[in-house]
Amino acid sequence: MSHATLSPRRSSLRGATLPKWFAWAVAAGSVAAGLGISAAAGLESSIQWALIAAVLFVLGSYAVSAKVEGRRQAKDRTATSLVWVAFLLAVVPLASLMWETVKRGVKVLDGYFLTHSMGVVADTEPGGGIYHAILGTLEQVGLATVISVPVGVLTAIYLVEYGRGRLAKAVTFFVDVMTGIPSIVAGLFILSVWVLMLDMGPSGFAGSMALSILMIPVVVRSTEEMLKLVPNELREASLALGVPKWRTILKVVLPTSIGGITTGVMLAIARITGETAPVLLLVWVTNFINANPFQDPQASLPMYIYLQYQNSGGYGAAYDRAWAAALTLIAFIMILNMVARGIARWKAPKTGR
Amino acid sequence: MAKRIDVSGLNAYYGSFLAIEDISMTVEPRSVTAFIGPSGCGKSTFLRTLNRMHEVTPGGRVEGKVMLDDENLYGAGIDPVSVRREVGMVFQRPNPFPTMSVYDNVAAGLRLNGKYKKSELDDIVEKSLRGANLWNEVKDRLNKPGSGLSGGQQQRLCIARAIAVEPNVLLMDEPCSALDPISTLAIEDLIGELKERFTIVIVTHNMQQAARVSDRTAFFNLAAVGQPGKLIEIDDTERIFSNPSVQATEDYISGRFG
Repeated sequence: MSHATLSPRRSSLRGATLPKWFAWAVAAGSVAAGLGISAAAGLESSIQWALIAAVLFVLGSYAVSAKVEGRRQAKDRTATSLVWVAFLLAVVPLASLMWETVKRGVKVLDGYFLTHSMGVVADTEPGGGIYHAILGTLEQVGLATVISVPVGVLTAIYLVEYGRGRLAKAVTFFVDVMTGIPSIVAGLFILSVWVLMLDMGPSGFAGSMALSILMIPVVVRSTEEMLKLVPNELREASLALGVPKWRTILKVVLPTSIGGITTGVMLAIARITGETAPVLLLVWVTNFINANPFQDPQASLPMYIYLQYQNSGGYGAAYDRAWAAALTLIAFIMILNMVARGIARWKAPKTGR
Repeated sequence: MAKRIDVSGLNAYYGSFLAIEDISMTVEPRSVTAFIGPSGCGKSTFLRTLNRMHEVTPGGRVEGKVMLDDENLYGAGIDPVSVRREVGMVFQRPNPFPTMSVYDNVAAGLRLNGKYKKSELDDIVEKSLRGANLWNEVKDRLNKPGSGLSGGQQQRLCIARAIAVEPNVLLMDEPCSALDPISTLAIEDLIGELKERFTIVIVTHNMQQAARVSDRTAFFNLAAVGQPGKLIEIDDTERIFSNPSVQATEDYISGRFG
């Protein structure tokens, strides 16, 4: 019996395998072929040769692998190569966007740019900065957060801990509907109530109200999910100690999920920071520093980028400033995300021994 | 400290489903009473009616009387929160609060219920941990997270947390089913010590355990799936395991059941 395994015949458990560098070789080959084909056919766009290369890569690795390794391994390789192609399709635009923004943004981005307004600078002149826009964005987003977080978190607590029956269903439904509200509609709603009916002027606060309409459903949804993740056993353990329900929520449920809730709030902030439509309708824009969000138009980063670009004609000082402001906005959101991750890690329940 | 529980004519529902029907029994103070019976027969549900945890489940409701000495837990104007301070509970799976240290876990019941002085808390925490036979193992890591302990230690931590609020009755819902034999032994020894101070009711699937730790044993059964669970008999543990008065009990404990 045991002699059978010593026979010179190939083991049934070991088939022909392609070397590890095979995938890289096919990738290099298909890129070269893609470049060759597009050069021969006179195609100029890099998207075209990249797509040709991607198709060749998937087909090529299937064909070779099916020949050498067998059909099952070939299918496995096809799935793997499709995943890689999809990954590249997703990452390439993102990386290229970051690269362009950084390349063009760093030209005028310095301390002066961050600490000065456009006060007496004409659009065609160099100089000036985005201090007024940063200030406006921080105040508008800050106010929107102050409005949205309590409303959103309390709504989520209601839905998860107390909500039963029709009211809870209705609330869930309206939160879903709110998630789908286009930002311009939120802006128009506040415009009609605040500006047209109550006869108030444009202000940062008006913008904040519209932004919080966009932010509340995001906060509710993410907080709800986080609260649902808290095991019921912890609630029961606390209730069984004779702790009232509200204290259980405050001292056991919320601390357990605070990391996730913070992350959700930060992501919601990131979502509204780049909103332009409501700001355009309700806050307007100014070239001067207005630190009071409750009166008169304020600047904000998205509006600043839009106006600088519009007035530049595609080149010159204003054009550079638009890119620098875009870079600042991206950096701001990125920092928020990193802070959120930090807080989530710091607050996560510890299991260390 | 320890109080007598007197249940009469108790029904418990989940929504419209009658889970346990017409249960009456007396649980003596300073004794261990074990509930045994097949899965789904309502042991845990009944246990949870004894500190009004049953109604925490959506749709849960109870009919009948549960007297704790001379007070009906389901009487008018009774606050379930105060009931749970009198009747503590330990669950099947160890569930220390993950955001809290060992110390904070034990102090949780007191802290969440009111203000205590630090020195007072220190004493209670030490006393409770000693009571749960855990003090020597954790005294050097009181400020480490409670979830970093082993499973058996976590369960003893949960017992310490439950006895820190000085309840009159301690309910245990299969406290050893997630633990290894050594941790189980530690908890069983602990139950033997705790019964001098508390009235203890324990649900268990392990009949040897019921025989080892309890003074009285109650056997629950249900006629069929979907039927309500019922109390078949309650008697001294020795009698239940040697000469029960109902045939179904004998069938169950001798393994001839179903």
